[in-house]
Amino acid sequence: MRCRQVIDKISDYLDGELDPELVRELERHLEHCEDCRIVVDTTHKTVEIFYHTEPAALPEDVRGRLNQMFTQKFRKEEPR
Amino acid sequence: MESYRILPPNCAFRKVLQLVVMRPQEFFAAVRLFANWSICVIWWNAVREHPPLRALYSPKMPTHLDNEQSLLAAAQAGDSDAFVTLLNQYSRHIYRLGVSITGNHHDAEDVLQEASLKAYTALAEFRGNSRFYTWLVRIAVNVALGKLRKRALWKESSLDEPRESEDGTYIPLEIESWGEDPEEACLKSDLQQVLSEVIQKLDPKSRTIFTLRDVEKFSIEETAKLLSLSIPAVKTRLLRSRLKLREELTKYFGKDARNAMPTSHR
Repeated sequence: MRCRQVIDKISDYLDGELDPELVRELERHLEHCEDCRIVVDTTHKTVEIFYHTEPAALPEDVRGRLNQMFTQKFRKEEPR
Repeated sequence: MESYRILPPNCAFRKVLQLVVMRPQEFFAAVRLFANWSICVIWWNAVREHPPLRALYSPKMPTHLDNEQSLLAAAQAGDSDAFVTLLNQYSRHIYRLGVSITGNHHDAEDVLQEASLKAYTALAEFRGNSRFYTWLVRIAVNVALGKLRKRALWKESSLDEPRESEDGTYIPLEIESWGEDPEEACLKSDLQQVLSEVIQKLDPKSRTIFTLRDVEKFSIEETAKLLSLSIPAVKTRLLRSRLKLREELTKYFGKDARNAMPTSHR
């Protein structure tokens, strides 16, 4: 497997969707290609960091306007 | 019961049968123990040999509320407080999705408000065929894409000046390992800021795909379905988005940037 093929298959490899034979080929390549090893490792870290980052709390003003919108809506519906 | 006696005394199978007959409880306890141990070994080998698979074992989608089903039932019966409780569980995820897709906080707030209102109005139609969160995301994605279409951004197909070779392969430029654990290298709030900034460097379609798959944890199939795109189209964009973001984050977390394509990659 060549470097370009490794780059093309990074996503499938990280998602565990690569054929086992190709996984073995890719990992054999990684054993002797430091550049690809770095690209695979940092791509993995990139995915992980987004994957594990929780969203920030909803800004107070945004939450306030959302609640206000529903309060008004519920109030209008009440007489029904 | 003792038919094992017809087997030769030294036969291993006879000894096993003898054990089953004489001490059945111990025998089946040992079998159970062996089976559990085997499952653990197989699972651990799979996870160890393919580290990325670990992510699949740590479901990170917004957690269910324990009483989600009863809240849903109450909300569908007209209990507005129950609906607000449900909405509060997911509103920050919907807002983050809105920021990612539309690229700004003002539109993201519109997305949150419009999607919440649509969900409330259509709540009676929700049949529970998917998670409430998935249903809410579907509504929010449609609202957000509507905004992009109005700004004629959705059809934009460029991939942010990809450095591609003639055969279309993406060529990474920043090749350097990351110094320390990025999550430890900067404050949580700084990290969120960095991630929010770099994701905006993707074109709208790519960042929508990346956000649904890698931030909101939908599968590739679900992402394709949510966006009415083909699976290969999603995979191609996802690969390039991940590589592009890797390069952007390397500028923050890398050390000893070489900024040059090594000859082996040419």
